[in-house]
Amino acid sequence: MEKFSYVNASSLEQVTALLSDSGWGEVMLIAGGTDLLAELKEYVETPKTLVNLKTLPGMDGIEADASGLKIGALTTVADIAKHPTIQHHYTVLAQAAVSVATPQIRNVGTLGGNLCQRPRCWYYRDETTDCLKKGGDICYAVDGLSKYHAILGGDPVYIVHPSDLAPALIALGASVTIVGPEGEKTMSLEEFFTLPAANPYRENVLQPNEIVISVQVPPAQPNTKSFYLKAREKGAPDFALASVAGVFEMDGKTCKSASVVLGGVAPAPWRSKEAEAALTGKMINEMVSKQAGSDAVKDAQPLNDNAYKVTLTQNLVSRAAMMAAS
Amino acid sequence: MASWGEASESRLIGKRIPRLSGRDKVTGKAKYTFDINRPGMLYGRILRSEIAHANVVGIDLSEAEALPGVKAVIPIIEVGKKIRYQGQEIAAVAAETDDIAKDAIRLIRVDLEELPYVVTEADAMAEGAPQIRDDWEGNQSEPGVREAGDLEGGFAQAAVEVEATYHAPVQTHVCLETHGHVAEWEDDQNLTVWASTQAVFGTRNDLAGTFDLPANQVRVITEHMGGGFGSKFGPGVEGRTAANLARMTGRGVKLMLTRKAEHLVAGNRPSMTQHVRAGATSDGRLIAYDMKGYGTGGISSGAGFQAPYVYHVPNLRTEKMNVAVNVGNQRAMRAPGHPQGAFAMDSLMDELAEKLGMNPLEFRRINDPSEVRQAQYTLGAQEIGWHRRNSVPGSGTGVKKRGMGVGSGLWGGGGGPGTQARVTINSDGSVEAVTGTQDLGTGVRTAIAIIAAEELGLNPTDISVKVGDSEPGLPSGGSGGSQTMASVAPVIKTAAAAAKQKLFERIAPQLEAPVEDLRVGNHTIYVVSDRTKTIKWELATGQLGMESISEGGQWDEELRQGGAAGTQFAEVEVDTETGELSVIKIVAVQDCGLAINRLTTESQINGGVIMGLGQAILEERFMDAQTGRMLNANLEDYKVPGTFEIPEIKSIVFDTHRKVTGVGEPPCIPTPGAIANAVYNAIGVRVRELPITPDRILNALAEQKA
Repeated sequence: MEKFSYVNASSLEQVTALLSDSGWGEVMLIAGGTDLLAELKEYVETPKTLVNLKTLPGMDGIEADASGLKIGALTTVADIAKHPTIQHHYTVLAQAAVSVATPQIRNVGTLGGNLCQRPRCWYYRDETTDCLKKGGDICYAVDGLSKYHAILGGDPVYIVHPSDLAPALIALGASVTIVGPEGEKTMSLEEFFTLPAANPYRENVLQPNEIVISVQVPPAQPNTKSFYLKAREKGAPDFALASVAGVFEMDGKTCKSASVVLGGVAPAPWRSKEAEAALTGKMINEMVSKQAGSDAVKDAQPLNDNAYKVTLTQNLVSRAAMMAAS
Repeated sequence: MASWGEASESRLIGKRIPRLSGRDKVTGKAKYTFDINRPGMLYGRILRSEIAHANVVGIDLSEAEALPGVKAVIPIIEVGKKIRYQGQEIAAVAAETDDIAKDAIRLIRVDLEELPYVVTEADAMAEGAPQIRDDWEGNQSEPGVREAGDLEGGFAQAAVEVEATYHAPVQTHVCLETHGHVAEWEDDQNLTVWASTQAVFGTRNDLAGTFDLPANQVRVITEHMGGGFGSKFGPGVEGRTAANLARMTGRGVKLMLTRKAEHLVAGNRPSMTQHVRAGATSDGRLIAYDMKGYGTGGISSGAGFQAPYVYHVPNLRTEKMNVAVNVGNQRAMRAPGHPQGAFAMDSLMDELAEKLGMNPLEFRRINDPSEVRQAQYTLGAQEIGWHRRNSVPGSGTGVKKRGMGVGSGLWGGGGGPGTQARVTINSDGSVEAVTGTQDLGTGVRTAIAIIAAEELGLNPTDISVKVGDSEPGLPSGGSGGSQTMASVAPVIKTAAAAAKQKLFERIAPQLEAPVEDLRVGNHTIYVVSDRTKTIKWELATGQLGMESISEGGQWDEELRQGGAAGTQFAEVEVDTETGELSVIKIVAVQDCGLAINRLTTESQINGGVIMGLGQAILEERFMDAQTGRMLNANLEDYKVPGTFEIPEIKSIVFDTHRKVTGVGEPPCIPTPGAIANAVYNAIGVRVRELPITPDRILNALAEQKA
C-alpha cells in the first residue's frame, strides 16, 4: 500500500472537517478496516490520510427499547449477531449478521463499514483494470466473466452490493443518520443506496465529507416473521450469490404486509415491490409464493454467466414466503 | 530375503503414532521457510508483468535504485525478449524492509509493446487466433494418437452408446506456504538456502549449477514445509533470484511469492476437455472407446490426462492435444492427469450403465481388471450404504435431494533407488537417523523414527530424525510421484538393521552368545535362547565410547511395491432450488501396501479427499479474455474447501500386503468422479463440467426442465 498519515478522530466535527479538505479517496475513514485494508493493499485506494473512527466516543452500542433499535455505526457485526433482542425480534438482522464472512471479520467489522463497503467485483478489485467504476470507459463484466455480477439495475455498472446487513435493515424499514459539515440528517436506508445509473462511481448518496453515524430500526411488529436466506458457494467466508431478506406480518397463513429485499443481485440492495405486492393480502401457498418469486425477477437482465441467479433469486423469494406461512 | 515381518510381530509399524512434529506445528514453534529471519536479512520482491504477451522494449531501474533502503535492483528479463504470460518475472529488488521492497518494484519503469494474446482454450483454437508459440503451427500441438483393437468392430458389438463432452478447468496448487527461499552467502563460495521445496537435493544441485559452485558448497534446508503438491521441485526463478540478490548485497535475502504470484506462475493442473463416444455390449462389457480431447498447460505443453482410465476397453482410439495460451505454465499436481481423467471416465461409466439399465457398481465389476478394487467395491458399498442410493436417479422427494456415486483410481508409488541414509548409535544410547529427504507434511519424519525404533527396540521419540538438510551429504530424491516412503523406508530399515548388527557384534561376547541369537526390545538386548542374559540399551551402548556406530542402508526392492488401487463412494445432498451442494460423506478405500504409520496414512487419505473435493465442487481458474488476466488470483474467488465443505471422511487403509507403497497422490483421484456421479444420482441430471457449483447445477436443472 502507499504511505498515508493516520489520525485518531476525537470528534465528528474534526472528522467532517478533515473530510472536507478533499474529494473522494484523499482522506478515508477506517473502523474495522476489513474492507479498506484489502483495497489499500491492492492499491485500489491510495489515500493520503486515514482517519481512525474507533477513537470516537459513543459511536458503538445497541439501544433496544419500545421505540425500536438504535445501532451505532461502530457496533461490530458480531455484537449485532449475538444481541438477544435482535435475535428474538429482528431475526432477519441477526441471521444476516451471522452470515457475514468469518468470526474474525465479524469481531472487527462494523455496521457502518458493512453498509459502506465497496464492491467485490473482480475487475474493480484489480489495480490494473481501469473499469468504469474507477473512471474508465467500460464495465468489463458486460462482455467478460460475470458469474458473480448483477441481474437487476446494473446498467452501466454491473457490480453487486456485497452487504448482508443492508437488505435485512431495509426490510425492517431502517433509517440511517448521517453527519456532514451542515450537521445531522436522517433518511431511509433504502434511499441511502443508489444505482449506477445515478452515479456509476459510488454505491450510496454519501458525499465525500459525510459519515454514517447510526442506524435506527422501527419497533418490531407483533405477528411478524423474518428471515435472511443467503445462497453461496462456500459455507464461509463467502459473499452471497443471491440473498433475500424478508419481513412478513402474518395473520395465520395470510400475509398482511411483506417487505422483500434482495442482496447479491443488484448494485444496491434491491427492494422487490413486485414480490411484496404478490404477497400482500394473500393467503400464502405454493402458487402465491411462486408468483412472488417470478415477479421478483421479471425485470432481470442476466449477463453471459449469471442467468442462474434469476432462478436462484426466484426460488429464494418463494422459499422465504413459504417459510413465513409455515 | 528382507521383509517387514508379520503384522503380529510389529510393535510400532502399522500402528497409529502421532507425528513427532505435531506439537511444534500447532504451537507455532516449527520454523517454516517463511519463519526464517537471518541477522541483517533483506527482503526480496519481484516485479511481474500484468500484460499477457508483450515485447520488452525497455526497463529503467534507476528510480527504484534511488529509493532509500533499496540495496539491489536487478533485471530478470532482457530487453528484446518476450513476455508470454501475466506474472512473468521482469525485475527484482532487495530492500531493508518488505514494505520498501514493495514500493521499490513499483518504481521500476517498464516499456512493453503489447502483442495480441489468447488466454482461453476457445480463443486459442479459434480461426485467426494470434500465433503465440514460434515452434508450433497454430496454437495446438500435433495430436498424440493411440489405437488398440478394432474400434468400428467394437462399436458394431455395442448394444448401447454414449457420446458426451466432459470438462475440467485449470486448478492451481494453493500451497498454504507459498514458494519461497531465504538465501545467505557465508562467503562468495558458500551458499545456504532455506527453501520451501519438495526436493532439497534437486534445489541444491540447481543452485550449484546456477552459481557454478561445487554441489557441497550449497546447503539447502527444509525443516518444515507448507505444501508442494508437485509444484516445488526446484528453486525456480524466485529461488535463483533470491540467491543472486543475496550474493550482490552480501546479506541474507528472503523472497516469498505473493498469493497472487503463487496462482499465476507457481504451476497448475492443466485443464481437460474430452469429447468421447463409447459403447458397451448388452451383457455389460465396455467394448469401444473413441476420444478426442485437449487441455492447456499454459504457454508450455504437458496437458495430458488419462483416457480411458482404470477400466478395460479392448477397442479404442484416443487423440490428445495440447493447447497453448498466454498463461503461466502447468506443473505436476498431485496425480498429474489422473483426477480429471477419472472424473470423465467414471461419469461415462455411469452414463453407459444407465443406458444398459445396470447398477453402476455392477457395470464396474464387469469391466475392472483389478482384484484389489473388486474387493474395495464390496467394502466401500457396505460402508456408504450403497443399497440406500436412488435406483432411479433424481427420484428422491423434496427440495433437498440425496444421491450416491462411486469413482476409482490407480497409482504407482513404488519408490526407487538413490536415497542414502545413516543410522547412528551413540555411546549415550541416543540414536540418529539422517537422510536428505524432506517432510512435506506427509509424516515421513515420523515414519523414519518408527522404522528405526522398531528395528532397535526403542520408541519413536528416542530417535532423532534429521531430514530436510543437504549438509550431511546423504542425498534423497524429490518427493514426487508418491515415491518418498517407498524410496526411503527400505534404506532406513536396512541402515538401522546394520547398526543393530554392529552393536550386537560388540555385545555378543559379553553376553556369551552368538550374534545371531541376540534380539532387542523394550530398551534391552537379550539372548533369544536364554532370556536371563540381558543388557540394558544404555549399558550396551555405553561401551561404544568414542566409537559411535554409524551405518548406511540400501534400497531393498523386496521391501516396497508399486501399484495402489483406490475406490471412493460419495453421498451428496443437492438443494434443487439454490443449486447448493453439500457432500455428506466420502468413503475412501485406499490400497497402500504396508502403512508404516496408520494415523498419518489416514491423514494422507483425508488430505487427498479434501483436495479432490475442492476440484469437484469449488476450484476453477478464471481467465479474462479481455484483459488477459486471471480474475481470481486470490483465495476469495479461487475457493478451496473449508470447514463447512469438508464432509465426514471415512478413510479406510486397505493394506493388502506388507510392502511399502506410496499413498500421497492416489486418494485425490476418485473423488471428483464419485461426487459427480452422486450429484447425478441425486437430481437425475448430469453436470459434465467441474467444479459442480450452484450455477452449473441450476443451469443443468433448467435444461432438464426445458
